[in-house]
Amino acid sequence: MRFFTTFLLAFRALRRNPTRSLLTTLGIVIGIAAVIAMTEIGKGSSNSIARSISQMGAGNVLIMPSHTNKGGVSSGSGSAMTLTPDDYKAIVRECSSVGVAAPIVSARVQVVAGNKNWNPWNIHGSTPDYVKVQNFGMPTEGSLFTEEDVQTSNTVCLIGTTVRRELFGEGVSPIGEEIRIGKVNFRVVGVLPSKGANMMGFDQDDVILAPWTTLRYRVTGNRTSTTSSSGNSDISTGDLYPSTGAAFYPEKSETQVKDSLLAPRFTSIDQIMVQAVSPDLVQEATEEITQLLRERHKLRPAAENDFRIRSFSEMANTLQNTSKVMTNLLLCIAMISLIVGGVGIMNIMLVSVTERTREIGLRMAVGARSRDILRQFLVEATVLCLFGGIIGILLGRGGAFLVSRIMQWPTESSPGAIAAAVATSAIVGIVFGFYPAWKASRLDPIEALRYE
Amino acid sequence: MLIQLKDIRKVYRIGDMEVPVLKGISLEIEQGEYVALMGESGSGKSTLMNILGCLDRPTDGEYLFEGKDISRATNDERAMLRNQKIGFVFQNFNLLPRTTALDNVIMPLTYTASGLSAKEQRERGRAMLEKVGLKERMKHHPSQLSGGQQQRVAIARALINNPPVLFADEPTGNLDSQTSIEVMNMFTELNRKEKITIILVTHSQEIADCAKRVIRLSDGMIQS
Repeated sequence: MRFFTTFLLAFRALRRNPTRSLLTTLGIVIGIAAVIAMTEIGKGSSNSIARSISQMGAGNVLIMPSHTNKGGVSSGSGSAMTLTPDDYKAIVRECSSVGVAAPIVSARVQVVAGNKNWNPWNIHGSTPDYVKVQNFGMPTEGSLFTEEDVQTSNTVCLIGTTVRRELFGEGVSPIGEEIRIGKVNFRVVGVLPSKGANMMGFDQDDVILAPWTTLRYRVTGNRTSTTSSSGNSDISTGDLYPSTGAAFYPEKSETQVKDSLLAPRFTSIDQIMVQAVSPDLVQEATEEITQLLRERHKLRPAAENDFRIRSFSEMANTLQNTSKVMTNLLLCIAMISLIVGGVGIMNIMLVSVTERTREIGLRMAVGARSRDILRQFLVEATVLCLFGGIIGILLGRGGAFLVSRIMQWPTESSPGAIAAAVATSAIVGIVFGFYPAWKASRLDPIEALRYE
Repeated sequence: MLIQLKDIRKVYRIGDMEVPVLKGISLEIEQGEYVALMGESGSGKSTLMNILGCLDRPTDGEYLFEGKDISRATNDERAMLRNQKIGFVFQNFNLLPRTTALDNVIMPLTYTASGLSAKEQRERGRAMLEKVGLKERMKHHPSQLSGGQQQRVAIARALINNPPVLFADEPTGNLDSQTSIEVMNMFTELNRKEKITIILVTHSQEIADCAKRVIRLSDGMIQS
C-alpha cells in the first residue's frame, strides 16, 4: 500500500513535466531498444549460422576401425576390420545423444554406363539413413532405395549429379537405366540433390549410393585384414544370418590358428557415420559410442581402442566461440548505451532536485523523513527508467520485426533479453538515481524552504 | 501546557565567527492561545519560529512540547512531530505546482503512518477544503487560484492531520488587504471554534492586533 503510494507519487511528479520526462528517458529508450533489436537479430542470425554449420557436418561423428599392427608393421588407419553391422545397430539403439547413424561400405571401382565410363570419388554402400546423416535432401529425381533393398541386397543405386553428368549427360533421365559397378549391374533409382564441394574442396556430388549389403557382398567382397591376405580371402563368410548352425570348416587346432594368421571372419563395414542430436551433443555422443564399442569389442580397461572416432568438434567449437563473441559484443554495446542513458537520468534528476528544492523543504516541513525523500526520488528515477525500458522493448521488438520483414533477416524473440532489459533499466534507475536522491534527502528543510 | 521554552539559545557559526541569534529565550504557550511573534528583521523571530516548529534545533536550552523534551529528539522523531502535531502556513503558500488543490491538501497524509486508504484520504481532504470554503475548487491547480484561495488551500493542508498548533510565517505577506482580512478571520475562527493554538510571525501591527497575545523580539531577546 505504502509502496504503491510512493509509486503513484513518482508517477504524478513525472507527469507534471511530461516532455522533460520523455526526453530524459530517451537515452534508456534508445539503449534498451538497441539491445533488444540486436539480441533478436543476433540470435536469429547466430541460429541460422548454427544451422548452416551443422549442415556442413558439425554434428557428425565418424567411426573408423583402428589400424592394424602386426609384427611391428603398421598399416594405415581403417585397415583393421573391427566394425560390424551389429555395432552400427547397437549405436542407433543404445546411444541417446545419437540422432541418426548410417554404416558405410566404400568401394573404388570403375563404373560403366553404355559407352561411357567413370571412376567416382565415392561409391558408398549404406542404408536410407545415409542421406540424413550426410545432409543430402531427398532425391531430386526418382526415389531412395528402401530398408528392404538393404535386407535383400538389391542391385539398385542412386547417383550424384556429377556422376549423372559424366555417365548420362544433361537432359537424359537416368532413372531406370542400368550401370555397371565393377562387375555387377545396378539399376539407377534416383538422383541425389547437388551439394557442391565440401569444406576440403572435394566434390560431394561425385558419389554413388547403393545398399551396403549389395556393395559388400557383390562388389567388394568381404575385405579381410590386410595381414591375412595370404589366406582364403576370397571366401566370404558373412554372418548376415548369424544363427546358422553348422560351421563351414572344421574347428582349427590352436596351432593351426596361430599358424594361419587368419583374422576371425565376420561381415565388416568400413565406417559408421553418426549424427548427434544437436552439434552441442557431439562430445557426449563420442563418449557414449566409445563406451559402447569398447564394451561390445570386449576391450580390457588398459587396452587401446580398436576403432577411432573423429568428430567435427573444431567446427562446433568455432560455432560456440562465434556466438560467445557475438553475445559479449552485444553486452558491451548494451552496457555503454545504458551507462550513457543512466548519466542522462542522473543529470536530469540533479536538475530536478535543485528545481524542486522548495518542494523538498515543504515535504520535510509537513513530516517527510530523509528516507521518505530518498525513496521518492529513487522511485522516480526507477519509474522513469522502467518506463524508458518498456518503450525501448517495444521499439526494439518493432525494429527487429521491421528488419525481418523488410530485409528478410532471420530474427528470434528472446524472453531472456526482455527480462534482462527490464531488470537493467530498473538497476540503472536505482544506481544513477541514488546520488540525486541522496542529495535531496540531505537538504536542510529551513534552507530548502527559503530557496528561491 | 503546550509549549515551554527554557533558556533557548541559538548560535550560528559562519566560518570562524560565532553569531548568537537567540540569547536565552524562555516562554510558555498554553493550548488554545493566539500568539503573534513580532520583531525587526534580524531580531531572531524566524529562528525562534523554526525552533518552535521543530524544523531547527536550539544550540542550548530545553524545549518541552506537550511536556516532552524534544530539543534532543532525532530527525525522524521531529519529522513525525511535524506531521502529527504541527501545521505550517507560509508566506509564499508553498503549494505543489501542477497538482490539484485536493492533492496538495492530502500531501502530508503520505507521510502519516496511520495508513489511511486513498479513498479515506480524499474524503478527509475534501472535508478540509470545504471547511476553508474551496469546495468548488478541488480540482484546480494553484495557478488557477487567486492568492487568497491558495493560502486557504495551504491552511487546509496544515490542518489535515488535526494538529493542536498552527504556525504561520507572515501568512498575509503576499496578499492584498482584502484577502488578508479573510485569511486572518479564518485564523480567528479556527482559534475560537476549534481551540487550535495559533502562532504567527509578522511585522505588521495590524495583523498582530488580531492575536490575543503579542511577543516582541529584539536582538534575540524577548522584550515583552
